[in-house]
Amino acid sequence: MKKFDRERLLLGLAGPVIALVVAVLLTSVVLLASGKSPFEPYVIMLEQAGFADIQVLIVNAASGYYIAALAVAIGFRMNLFNIGVEGQYRLAAMVTAVVGAKVALPSALQLPVLILVAALTGAFWAGIAGLLKVTRGVSEVVSTIMLNSIATSVIGYFTLPSLFGVRQGNNKTTGEMHDSGWFPNLDLGPAGELYGFVFVAVALGVAYWVVLNRTRFGFDLRATGASESAAAASGVNAKRMVLTAMLLSGAVAGLAGMPTLLNDTHTYSLSFPTSLGFTAIGIALLGRGGPAGIAFAALLWAFLDKASAELDYRGYDTEIAVIMQGLIVIAVVVSYEAVRRWGLRRQQQRVGEEIAAGHVIGADGDSGSSDSSGTSGSSGNDSDKEVAGR
Amino acid sequence: MHALCGENGAGKSTLMKILYGMQKPDEGTIAVDGRQVTFASPGDAIERGIGMVHQHFMLADNLTVLENVVLGSERLHGIGSKARAKIVELSERYGLGARPDALVESLGVADRQRVEILKVLYRGATTLILDEPTAVLVPQEVDALFDNLRELKAEGLSVIFISHKLGEVLSVADEITVIRRGTTVGTVVPSETTTKQLAELMVGSELPTPETAESTVTDRPVIEVENLKLLGEGGRPLLDDISFTINEGEVLGLAGVEGNGQTELVDALIGLKHADSGTLRMAAVEVEPGGGTEEITSWSTRRRREQGVGYIPEDRHRHGLLLESPLWENRILGHVTEKPNSKGVWLDLKSAQADTRRIVEEYDVRTPGIDVTASSLSGGNQQKLIVGREMSHKPRFLIAAHPTRGVDVGAQAQIWDQIREARREGLAVLLISADLDELIGLSDTLRVIYRGRLVADADPATITPEELGSAMTGAASGHLEHADDAEQSPTEAAAPEDEA
Repeated sequence: MKKFDRERLLLGLAGPVIALVVAVLLTSVVLLASGKSPFEPYVIMLEQAGFADIQVLIVNAASGYYIAALAVAIGFRMNLFNIGVEGQYRLAAMVTAVVGAKVALPSALQLPVLILVAALTGAFWAGIAGLLKVTRGVSEVVSTIMLNSIATSVIGYFTLPSLFGVRQGNNKTTGEMHDSGWFPNLDLGPAGELYGFVFVAVALGVAYWVVLNRTRFGFDLRATGASESAAAASGVNAKRMVLTAMLLSGAVAGLAGMPTLLNDTHTYSLSFPTSLGFTAIGIALLGRGGPAGIAFAALLWAFLDKASAELDYRGYDTEIAVIMQGLIVIAVVVSYEAVRRWGLRRQQQRVGEEIAAGHVIGADGDSGSSDSSGTSGSSGNDSDKEVAGR
Repeated sequence: MHALCGENGAGKSTLMKILYGMQKPDEGTIAVDGRQVTFASPGDAIERGIGMVHQHFMLADNLTVLENVVLGSERLHGIGSKARAKIVELSERYGLGARPDALVESLGVADRQRVEILKVLYRGATTLILDEPTAVLVPQEVDALFDNLRELKAEGLSVIFISHKLGEVLSVADEITVIRRGTTVGTVVPSETTTKQLAELMVGSELPTPETAESTVTDRPVIEVENLKLLGEGGRPLLDDISFTINEGEVLGLAGVEGNGQTELVDALIGLKHADSGTLRMAAVEVEPGGGTEEITSWSTRRRREQGVGYIPEDRHRHGLLLESPLWENRILGHVTEKPNSKGVWLDLKSAQADTRRIVEEYDVRTPGIDVTASSLSGGNQQKLIVGREMSHKPRFLIAAHPTRGVDVGAQAQIWDQIREARREGLAVLLISADLDELIGLSDTLRVIYRGRLVADADPATITPEELGSAMTGAASGHLEHADDAEQSPTEAAAPEDEA
């Protein structure tokens, strides 16, 4: 039993580690090919990560990535591909910014209202794709991509000066939000300010884990992802599940823009960060759909983003980080599948050996039953993480 | 003709894979025609005249028989008239009756099998390995197959025949090798042995029989199906006018060639498909036993399962298990809303895991732990887990579709015992099986489904598999009587000696 758990953990780590190593090696090849040092950029970037202010930047950036990746991961867990996180979070950020500028309630009310608005907007936008899939069988991949593009137009329309737009120099914004709707930051002195929303992101990660692994709903969702036919036969209403998952994913996606909006910009403008939703897909993949893995992946991504800025000043291209991010995504997909297959085969073999050797639950004597009852209580947690992790 | 017998997992398939070059032996030798050989790949084996007919056909549906046979060995006789002549010649010589231009998708199971055999012969095989060739055939087709095989034998070819259906083996083989746990436990000659002895050799103990002792049928209906109709695409009825009642303690056996509506019927009963017309009623829980039924036609799958419909699916990989999830999660599957798996909206992992351990022990699921994935278990153990899971929720109505398919003799006996046990306690069972002995042995009532209709019924106490088989092919209908059935049955193949 213990052996299986340790192995599961190792297998769980093997995927991302192999992917990262491969990505680093390939990036070095690219550097060599362009006649540059294949190692120095890493050194520079790691140096950067040593500075407190860069660290704060990384964590702040990671919070948005993390929430967006959670949204993607909810879909992944049941084989739904919500490519529309991009449109959902931007639309939600715009609507929230407008509400925040037009409504002024006391802080204790304003913040929950704004967060709710963001979540509902995201859920609404994702819900369109969910509804289309359930009623008309439209692939959510196609509809969410189209909705991304529609979202851009909708945002453009609502930010027209004749509607909610406010011109500020060359920038089109939605006007400054009332400061009762500003999310408190944590002042870290010279290192800068840590977004208060980082803590909301952490809470979301915990909630995600609890719902998926400890509730009936989460079980149904994971079962659907692991085998749609088996889930249907077990009594999961597939259509309702698709719609619910899509709404949930959208609601979380709606929150992805909040760290930036509520903690930093306090307005939605042309310079509001974009393509978070696409980045999140890679992060969710690298994180294997688990909250801890996604957190690590989000931090890694933010590190590559923020630490690479320095490269420009040292004669390297910042795009090295982008190349690396791209390579990681490709390597991750390949290595996870390879490790998964290898692991399954290996476990089958091992189980066969154990059975042949008589280590079976309920068998007389030795390690069999006593051993298993001792470990599996505590091992439950470890194994949960891997369940349906694909 | 040499038969190879053994339980599932005894090593039959492994041995055959070695013979066919798909796997390499660690030790030992293979000799063909007295010469020692080693096979690195199936190609080598084919070169030596060994051909394999797999259990699952490997044919391209949208190609003709000719194209399928030629595929992969175009170099032998080209793809034109020479190939056609060769196929026709082989087909005539061995009585295979192949039509070179027929599309494979238009062929029935038995014909497809003949195409597979033809394919092997075309490649010049002199030794044929047939892996469980009768698993998919009705008795009449089995007889026809055996005629073909005798034909081959008469022409000087050798046939190795893998099976665990002992009656067949005894009727057709010249010599039988029995293997158990990877070693040969004996070689016998059919004329000097009986089914019973052979089975005991196979399992190393007494042979289980599917027979049920005394009737436990009551007159309290658990499930009532009335005029059930299910339309497929384009309005073609998949199920038409299906009506039956299963009482407490009754096992209703449903015979039929696969694809005649069994799957759809199961889907309609479990709620995966909703009937286009007709009603389903189940005994109400709240009232006294026997105090009436309530309509469940519109219930969701989950509600039906919560109310006591157990389900042993036909395809356990697709419908019964999450293969890559640990056993304890598979124990929750299908019963997530019930104790001990959950409390309110929360999962109760501790109890679920403890209960998984109980199932593993009580139902003898051979596994080193409950955290291993379901895919690491053998088919028989997976099935035992499913049976244990379903029985643990005290179902009132059990849908058992091929409950012992691909399960070894030992596990088979256990599953039969559990069904019998539950039946004694008042369980109503719908048993669907391709194993006619199992159907006849376990059932209290027999029905035959053909093209989506219940066309015949029979008394399991008197009916024989052959008689049942003729109704399964649509040749007989109504109430099947043992005596006057003989004229109706289409006895194109006369080999009644393989009474199972």
